[in-house]
Amino acid sequence: MSEPVKQEGAQALDEGIEAGISGLTTEQIASVINEVIDNETGARLKTYVDTCVHCGLCSEACHFYLSHEKDPHYSPVGKVKQTLWEMLRKKGRVGPAFIKNAAIIAHTECNLCKRCAQYCPFGIDIAYLMLVVRRIIHKLGVTPLYIQDTAHSHSVTMNQMWVKGDEWPDTLQWQEEEAQTEIPTLRIPLDKEGADIMYSVIAPEPKFQAQLIYQMAVIMDVAGVNWTMPATLGWDNSDMAMYTGDNEIMGRLKRTHYETAQRLRVKRIVMGECGHAFRSVYDMGNRWLGWKMPPIPMVHAIDFYHELLSQGRIKIKQKYPEPVTLHDPCNVVRGGGLGEKLREVAHAMCETVVEMHPNREHNYCCSAGGGVINCGPPFKMTRVNGNRVKAEQLFAAKTRGAKTLITPCHNCHSGLHDIVEHFGIGLEIKFISDILYEIIEKPEAT
Amino acid sequence: MKGGREWDWEISEKRVAINEWGTSFGWVEEPYASPDGETVAAIVNVAEMEFSVCVNGKAWDVTFDKVWHLRYLPDGRLTALVSEMGEWTAAIDGIAWDSKFGYVWNPLVSEDGQAFAVAAQQDMQYCMVLNGEPWNETFANMTYFALSPCGTKTAAAVQVENAASGEIHKFKKGTFTAALEGKAWESTYVNVWGLAISPDGESLAAEVRQDLYDYTIAVDGKAWDTTFSCVWEPIFRPGTRTVVAPVRTKGQWTLAENGNTLWDRSFVQLWQPIFSPDGNHLAAIVAPAFGRWTVALDGVPWAKTFGDMVTDVVFSSDGKRLAALAKEGRFWKVVVDGKVWSHKFDMAWPPVFSPDNETVAAKVETEGTYAFVVNDRLGPHACEAAWDPVFSPDGNRLLLRSIEDGVYCRRVVPVSDFMP
Amino acid sequence: MHDVYSFVTGPLAWAAFLLFIGGSLFKLGWMLHLVAKKERFIFTYMSWRYSFRSILHWIMPFATTNWKLHPVLTIVTFAFHLCLLATPLFLLSHIILWDEAWNIRWWAFPDALADVMTVVVILSCLFFLIRRVQQPEVRFVTSTSDFIILAIVAMPFITGFIAYHQWFNYKVSFILHILSGEVMLAAIPFTRLSHMILSPFTRAYMGSEFGGVRHAKDW
Repeated sequence: MSEPVKQEGAQALDEGIEAGISGLTTEQIASVINEVIDNETGARLKTYVDTCVHCGLCSEACHFYLSHEKDPHYSPVGKVKQTLWEMLRKKGRVGPAFIKNAAIIAHTECNLCKRCAQYCPFGIDIAYLMLVVRRIIHKLGVTPLYIQDTAHSHSVTMNQMWVKGDEWPDTLQWQEEEAQTEIPTLRIPLDKEGADIMYSVIAPEPKFQAQLIYQMAVIMDVAGVNWTMPATLGWDNSDMAMYTGDNEIMGRLKRTHYETAQRLRVKRIVMGECGHAFRSVYDMGNRWLGWKMPPIPMVHAIDFYHELLSQGRIKIKQKYPEPVTLHDPCNVVRGGGLGEKLREVAHAMCETVVEMHPNREHNYCCSAGGGVINCGPPFKMTRVNGNRVKAEQLFAAKTRGAKTLITPCHNCHSGLHDIVEHFGIGLEIKFISDILYEIIEKPEAT
Repeated sequence: MKGGREWDWEISEKRVAINEWGTSFGWVEEPYASPDGETVAAIVNVAEMEFSVCVNGKAWDVTFDKVWHLRYLPDGRLTALVSEMGEWTAAIDGIAWDSKFGYVWNPLVSEDGQAFAVAAQQDMQYCMVLNGEPWNETFANMTYFALSPCGTKTAAAVQVENAASGEIHKFKKGTFTAALEGKAWESTYVNVWGLAISPDGESLAAEVRQDLYDYTIAVDGKAWDTTFSCVWEPIFRPGTRTVVAPVRTKGQWTLAENGNTLWDRSFVQLWQPIFSPDGNHLAAIVAPAFGRWTVALDGVPWAKTFGDMVTDVVFSSDGKRLAALAKEGRFWKVVVDGKVWSHKFDMAWPPVFSPDNETVAAKVETEGTYAFVVNDRLGPHACEAAWDPVFSPDGNRLLLRSIEDGVYCRRVVPVSDFMP
Repeated sequence: MHDVYSFVTGPLAWAAFLLFIGGSLFKLGWMLHLVAKKERFIFTYMSWRYSFRSILHWIMPFATTNWKLHPVLTIVTFAFHLCLLATPLFLLSHIILWDEAWNIRWWAFPDALADVMTVVVILSCLFFLIRRVQQPEVRFVTSTSDFIILAIVAMPFITGFIAYHQWFNYKVSFILHILSGEVMLAAIPFTRLSHMILSPFTRAYMGSEFGGVRHAKDW
């Protein structure tokens, strides 16, 4: 049976992938694939492969598939066929060109958003299968350059952005000083043992978006929270190693994060508005280490803001006047059930909330998650063109009046920014804290 | 922890009204009590962007643009990291080191408190500084740090080959190594983590990743012959230069000594190994099954396991007893020799053995109120803050440091007060 | 011809049932063994409540988002699976065979109903065949084995239908019916037809993860 040709532009060149496959032989590839399949997978992989009846019902779950005019190459099961099935069928004996294609598919055409798990009648976890492919790609040394570099940063600095040991506390002290011009007694308490809450962030915040730390410091101060931020490693909760299949580094990152919180003897960890980090601390990294659930409760920012608002610890001075729409980040809504709380926070903050459809756990992914945006510029258009359905959804929300798009996740933020820009949608994108900071009652400046 | 003989062990109470400090300063940060309990100190804001340290109500004579990380050393000296005119250094009892840097952080303290080290950056070059003396060599980056138990040597994981961000293939060839007293090993690795210096200060061990997949332990620049799919930080056997570390093979963790398996069973997880002071026993935190945690002594896990976390394993001074903290659900418990105390807490601090190893005490917290617990008996004091209890050298008395109603309180009580 | 009949209803029937039951037990046992050996953590997340919450949603037509998205397929697939399982179990002539061999009997469908249900299965198979060829997303993941599996499922019903209506040579079609039924039974544990045995487990696991950990609906 002849196969349709995949719709795509010129295939991106990635130095990590190209250099990675350059020295590979079929024997080496087979040895790595079989080693991973035999030693690192078990009942799930076997059962999923045996159970799948090739019905294609997962297809319409995938924004890549929907955005590519239902090109079956982009359906979830289509991606498994082009990668794992073939590896299994040939007992690992596939060539470097196949591996290159598999790396591109698994790393840049799947956001591991798990929407397809909600559409498969058998609940087959295709995101897991794609992670197995990424693990193989990692073991073969063919991971795309940008995300591999990020994984290297994690391995050296325990953060995502090569932020050095001194730069971190220095940045916090700088933000503390900045915020003291607004609230003179405000503190960002560093390494305060016995605080109630450790606040952890992802490295792009100190690197590029220090105002987010500023805003959170103001919110914490206004709410009178007994909080701290670590001055040592362990402050960063992000994890691209989870997405490159470098599970050992993933484990190391999460251990450092949780042990830092334990060293500070906090009751809970509150994390910033990030999706993938939530997945890493809540669902992935902790399991690799042997923790069934987070050993210290992890509270996502949505949950935390919800708590502060519902307990009246922060008060809204005046609701945000512009109509907003909400993007549900997969990792905290499909992955953490925070959809309703997100809405309650949005309604508490804003005059008008315009819903996108589908929403909540049935949302479309931003197409940046799962490490796809972290594969960098070579694959920017892969994810932007791969998410035309999101653009349509955003446009529909705009038509119904939305002016601002709220998304409590860094990757969603950046990914949606590219989509809004490319498709000329014209929505302003904000984090919850951007709005909260503007509208909460603060002590009058002296 | 054991207190000094020269300390005041009379049954008594001494108080410092720290709640009155607020009137003299812009604000007062969280207080710290000295090991002997005689003084209590806090960073204070004296004017806009001007800070000092207040000790028992009296501020240091000097002020700084910034002061952070205030801590007492075990010998009673008071340290802080301070900045003046954009330069950073450490100050001890109000006297800043002569050497100044672009930034200093991550203080390390020797057991006796005589040695105080920090990591330092100057002109984007990094080195360790011990008692004010920086290394002669500097490095482009420095990540993990160590101070020898004897307090004479410092070490760090250092970058010796430059690889710009994005140079993944150069990075994979190995750009990091470890340096003892600034002298870097010849061998390089993809990563170097978790350093340990031998008791005599002569040998340095570290976790290394040789490529993206092979992990092992390197000692003085020489890697073990065996590699593993992962390792955790090494420790030295007391009085020797042999190294023990948790290692992962076939998805399970065990302990290895100089590359050879030490324990005959493996675990879902194993970390934070600790030797008894005499070196005869070895304990570690282990997960015998997924999601179940406990302590293994010489390879044998305690029968009782816990769902969330086990931390702070402590040997008694004679090496015969073992205590730890365990978390089950939202509560922390103290576990001694595998037996769980009946009280549960919102938070607990490392258990402390008495000098005769008969009694175990700990600082604990429930719903924001701190207290002391001794042999599973909860003391009467409800405190706003507290510090670890300290036993008198004869083991009969306890020094309890706390804050109650805004007043710092140094209290010496008979241990028998806690007994039935 | 009688020898062939004796063979397919005797040793071959035994073999088919043994392969079906033994193979299914082995398949389940192997899966559980693999979980115990390599992915023990799965046990700790399994929840009865969320397993059944998920299974119940998915075995009800139009109770999930995806069933609603595909109304025709949903009707066909539910009708197909219902008829596929119920027809052979409640067919009078099958029950008579059980009665003769083991002296056990139960309620039977009227023949006319069974006949209609057989047609439903055959037409459903035709629908699946057309869908497999016509729908690009299905065609793309289709291999020869998918057609063979479809044929294995359709054959007992086609031959049974022919035999019942006594078209062509009754004896031949009857024997072919028995044979194809046995092939299907034996194939269940060893082909993707094993989704019959395994899918409750995959569904239960995903239901448990979504319900207990992710706090989200998996339908």
